Amino acid sequence: MSEKKYGIIASFQTTPDVFHASEKVRDAGFLYWDAFTPFPVHGLEHAMGQKRSKVPCFTLIGGLSGFVTGLIIVWYMNAHDYPLIVGGKPYFSPIFPFPVFYELTILLAAFGTLGGMFLTNLLPRYNHPLFDYKDFHKSGDDTFMIVIESRDPKFDEDRTAEFMAELGGSDITVITAKE
Amino acid sequence: MAVSTHNLDDTPEILTRLEPVKIETRPLVENNRDFHWITDKICGIVEADTPRWWWVCMVAAMGTASFTLFGLVYLVSTGVGVWGLANPVNWGWAIVNFVFWIGIGHAGTLISAVLCLLKQPWRTSINRAAEAMTIFAVVCAGIFPLFHVGRVWYAWFLFPLPNSNAIWPNFRSPLEWDVFAVSTYGTVSVLFWYMGMIPDLGVLRDRAKAKWRKYFYGVLAMGWRNSARHWNNYEMAYLLLAGLSTPLVLSVHTIVSFDFAGANLPGWHTTIFPPYFVAGAIFSGFGMVLTLMLPLRAVFGLHDLLTQNHIDNMCKIVLATGTMVGYAYSMEFFIAWYGANPFEVFAFVNRAFGQYAWAYWIMVGCNVISPQLFWFSWIRNNTPLVWVISIFVNIGMWFERFVITATSLANDFLPSSWGYYSPTVVDIFTFFGTFGLFSILFLLFLRFLPLMPLAEVKHVIPAADPHGHDH
Repeated sequence: MSEKKYGIIASFQTTPDVFHASEKVRDAGFLYWDAFTPFPVHGLEHAMGQKRSKVPCFTLIGGLSGFVTGLIIVWYMNAHDYPLIVGGKPYFSPIFPFPVFYELTILLAAFGTLGGMFLTNLLPRYNHPLFDYKDFHKSGDDTFMIVIESRDPKFDEDRTAEFMAELGGSDITVITAKE
Repeated sequence: MAVSTHNLDDTPEILTRLEPVKIETRPLVENNRDFHWITDKICGIVEADTPRWWWVCMVAAMGTASFTLFGLVYLVSTGVGVWGLANPVNWGWAIVNFVFWIGIGHAGTLISAVLCLLKQPWRTSINRAAEAMTIFAVVCAGIFPLFHVGRVWYAWFLFPLPNSNAIWPNFRSPLEWDVFAVSTYGTVSVLFWYMGMIPDLGVLRDRAKAKWRKYFYGVLAMGWRNSARHWNNYEMAYLLLAGLSTPLVLSVHTIVSFDFAGANLPGWHTTIFPPYFVAGAIFSGFGMVLTLMLPLRAVFGLHDLLTQNHIDNMCKIVLATGTMVGYAYSMEFFIAWYGANPFEVFAFVNRAFGQYAWAYWIMVGCNVISPQLFWFSWIRNNTPLVWVISIFVNIGMWFERFVITATSLANDFLPSSWGYYSPTVVDIFTFFGTFGLFSILFLLFLRFLPLMPLAEVKHVIPAADPHGHDH
């Protein structure tokens, strides 16, 4: 089992600190880095230069498939496989069973959204080098952290650590990944 | 259209001297609590030793729930005849209880979804518990139609599944729409609740000492690691789920009301039913949220997180929706008179002055009169009194469904077939026990899952502002 450097982590104590530090990391041109915050910090996605989330695509796919599923089951069951006359209404119409399409649209769109959140975040992932950092649990409590990964082309252990110190980070630590 | 010639120099002199009044907003978390205090407070509830009162409540809840168990076992082994259903009232307590419980659930979705879209930050401290309430209320609601089908082992015929009779459900029936609405509602509520909990489960996992806790919360947290790139997708997903749940919650009680409005019975066949049912559902749900949260606030000392501001807001929503319900009651009477249909007029006069007048006036007293007390701030500030009024709301909303169901069926078109509906002891036991089932589920929730969303509560304190909180 060899050990490989994963990246360098630094801690920040307040929300404005991590916000301004993120802007500087973004402007320094790093590609593979991330911030860790106990709650979603308002506007941090722009400070980090993140793109708009892809989750809505999954919601749309889920919603459309729900609507089409509704259409197909009502047509197949009440008009094709076992035509049923009830109250003089047509065998199939997009109007009367609309609540069924509607509910199935919402149901599958919700599954699409949750699944999309997991897919775009590459979760579940039960093992990650950061979990081995002794203070990592604080990122869910009251401490903000920034990690610059070693696979970033601009990563250089000494210079990146200095850069993190300039940003105001404390507890600057090198994280290793077991392989 | 006026041509704009204004520029800054033209500004009337008085405007430069005006100082806008600074409106004091009450803080959502009192006493300047910091992030760490919030984590410790909410995780502490789950991590502390099981309190004695919890066991006492759990045993009492199990005892209560056993009434439902006995009621259902007796029903299944004997037949639906053990309920008080008889011509002409073949829809009795089962549908009343079903609508009652489903309605209670609606406040949870309203708080988590509608208030999220309306950017109401005060929802954060109550949304988790309210969503849990939604799910447990749907569980209780589902029991009644499930067992009302008689041969419960055929209940799966409700779903469009292939069966040996080669027949399919009838999609023209509002009852079949209800199957889709309620099962979608239950499922989406669970998804929303779970997704909201993932970051908090991660915090509990990181704090866990015992091995089973590490595994339990570890598996449920899905490896969440508070990454800002994850939060970006997570927030988008949360917003979308809120956007999906809003039309869902409105549609569920609308479709429940179609169960009635789709029939040709006087008193049921009205177009006011969907909005009236939705307003009533939100009203009863907020009543139940107050009934549950006020004791929890006292027991766990959550006064800094669940402030008087929160209680005021909930009371005002109860007041607003209670007034809407009162308006709907009076509008039903007006339309019955204005519509000049003698059956319709009779149905409503009979509700207020007929054989079920006692139930009607309990309903009006609890639903229309008692919430009006919330106009007064001294009543909203009196927590025990708020709790008592919330109980009245719960009682009143049960009676509303009873009045709608029983009066219209018992006295329909042919006086020769009129009757008087009374529940049997089996009806009463089965309903009484669902409060025990609800309590068991809620107590387990309190013991094992975070009562309030940590991340969202932290988000609303001043220290969460990335631009400093001095301006």
